[in-house]
Amino acid sequence: MTLKVENLSTHFFTREGVAKAVDGVSFEVGRGEILGLVGESGSGKSITGFSILGLVDPPGRVTGGKILFQGQDLVGRSPHEMRAIRGKRIAMIFQDPMMTLNPVLSIETQMVETVRAHDKVSKAEARARAVEALGLVGIPSPDERLAAYPHQFSGGMRQRVAIAIALLHRPELIIADEPTTALDVTIQSQILAVIQRLSTEFGMSLVWISHDLGVVAGLAQKVAVMYAGRIVETGTVDDVLDRPIHPYTIGLMRSVPANLDRGETLTPIPGMAPSPLKRPSGCPFRLRCFAATAACEAEPEAAAIDGHLYRCFNPQFERAA
Amino acid sequence: MTVFIIRRVVQSLLVLFATSVLVFIGIYAIGNPIDIMIPADASAVEREAAIQALGLDRPLIAQYWSFLVDALQGDLGRSFVFNQPAVGLIFQRLPATLELAFVALAIALILGIPLGLIAGLRPKSVADETIMTGSILGFSLPNFWQGMMLIMIFSIWLGWLPSSGRGETGEIFGVTTSLASLDGLKHLILPATNLALFKLSLVIRLTRTGVRETMPLDFIKFARAKGLSERRIVSVHVMKNIMIPIVTVVGMEFGSVIAFAVVTETIFAWPGIGKLLIDSITVLDRPVVVAYLLVVVTMFIVINLLVDIVYSMLDPRIRLGDGQ
Repeated sequence: MTLKVENLSTHFFTREGVAKAVDGVSFEVGRGEILGLVGESGSGKSITGFSILGLVDPPGRVTGGKILFQGQDLVGRSPHEMRAIRGKRIAMIFQDPMMTLNPVLSIETQMVETVRAHDKVSKAEARARAVEALGLVGIPSPDERLAAYPHQFSGGMRQRVAIAIALLHRPELIIADEPTTALDVTIQSQILAVIQRLSTEFGMSLVWISHDLGVVAGLAQKVAVMYAGRIVETGTVDDVLDRPIHPYTIGLMRSVPANLDRGETLTPIPGMAPSPLKRPSGCPFRLRCFAATAACEAEPEAAAIDGHLYRCFNPQFERAA
Repeated sequence: MTVFIIRRVVQSLLVLFATSVLVFIGIYAIGNPIDIMIPADASAVEREAAIQALGLDRPLIAQYWSFLVDALQGDLGRSFVFNQPAVGLIFQRLPATLELAFVALAIALILGIPLGLIAGLRPKSVADETIMTGSILGFSLPNFWQGMMLIMIFSIWLGWLPSSGRGETGEIFGVTTSLASLDGLKHLILPATNLALFKLSLVIRLTRTGVRETMPLDFIKFARAKGLSERRIVSVHVMKNIMIPIVTVVGMEFGSVIAFAVVTETIFAWPGIGKLLIDSITVLDRPVVVAYLLVVVTMFIVINLLVDIVYSMLDPRIRLGDGQ
């Protein structure tokens, strides 16, 4: 098992109170496996990703749980130890390729420094590795492009550069935080193809954070659906997306036009995700849920059938999405 | 780049022409120098002779025309008082002012950037609050008052540093400078500090704001995710971004440092062009005042051009060219 997250909690201690952005999250990612972490904005999926890398900014911090990476707990490691792991064994790709590269440094500088942050090699060798990584992600004439600055690349190309940077050390795990959301559909599928190919080629595990169920369905083997800082349903892609049990997952599926038959109307989930500062008692989804009953005022525990986990008092076994 | 520079030179000449007209009219309006220059008991004939010798009897436009013709040949007139070429007089005094301005800016940058970094990286900490309170004082206390306080504390009470003059000068690479001798250095510290305080506050604030704006950006988080050390992130990723506004503002402020040197030079009796200007205005030594302003404007223009060039080196998104 490459990554095993157990009961992870990341809280933000603000003046308005404690925001439980991540509140008891558990999931596993095997070697070469891709896990889709799905949820609305504010569900805590990005914070989960940052927690794994130890990149939660104050006033937030990991308050409990374990992050077992290759069997070793990352929680409570010193900043020095985490720095040695970041970029070397666990890499991250961000959402907006326009923002992730430093605008005033050349691609070469930004790649060479990444190589040399972990491996004591000469500049020439670091450069050679950068050229190779750019080639891997399909940047034409990588040797010349290395001297360019971020503004000379399109969004899709910049995201390829960011992926190339993530690949420089052949990490065992990549956290991808909505890396295709900001891109055109055609570019999106090109990037997905690159990632899919490289993950198989190098046996890299991936945590793919997304709100796009379609992308996750095509890419991941496992899905975890997050709502209000918790995982409400998790299992294989086939189980969760074809036979969703949790009313929230069903609601998400119904919000995607592609999942509907012609003429059927979209049924969006009513209301908004609750603020992490003011979560309702009991099941946090009950106020927006079509299946809510009096039982939902208590907190639902996780239950499972055949490895398909859900956290609900009124599981929807019969309903097709 | 070449086109850019040529265009800037043409623009600069127009600016210089406009300045010379304004200054000429302005100084003409202030008063007649002849009243100050000749003794009160001079006879009417002597007075007429002096006016004619200086060409002050001719109409303004004619005076300006002969000034312009001479100026195009590199002659900005002779000082009424010293009977020396005005430009020569300014260039004699210029090194002292430039030295003061450079040292003041160096103090502002060498202290201001690290202090701004400390304040910006630990916002709301004791260090931040202390530095920011200090910079408010630097901003709001009048420059001349700061100068007098410096003299009172360091020259009068503590007796550590001299309060006036330039002290002994020496030569470094053929340039006469106070930096070459201990006595010169001692004389330089107080006026340079006085001139630096305002700029120091400015640099601290610019740096702090830059750091606060840059740190939350995605590319900093991405740099962390790459496993870079905090030191590299601050010294390369953050610094290179915040140097852009700092270079712009400090470059433009260099001109105002020279302008502000007028006050500092007067307080500390520093023999630079600022003091020369004040002395020349009191006796209405027109050619010196006009030449001073033209030299200062030229310096402003050159500095701004240099800032634009440095700016384009710091920010790859900006290329000087035909588009601008």
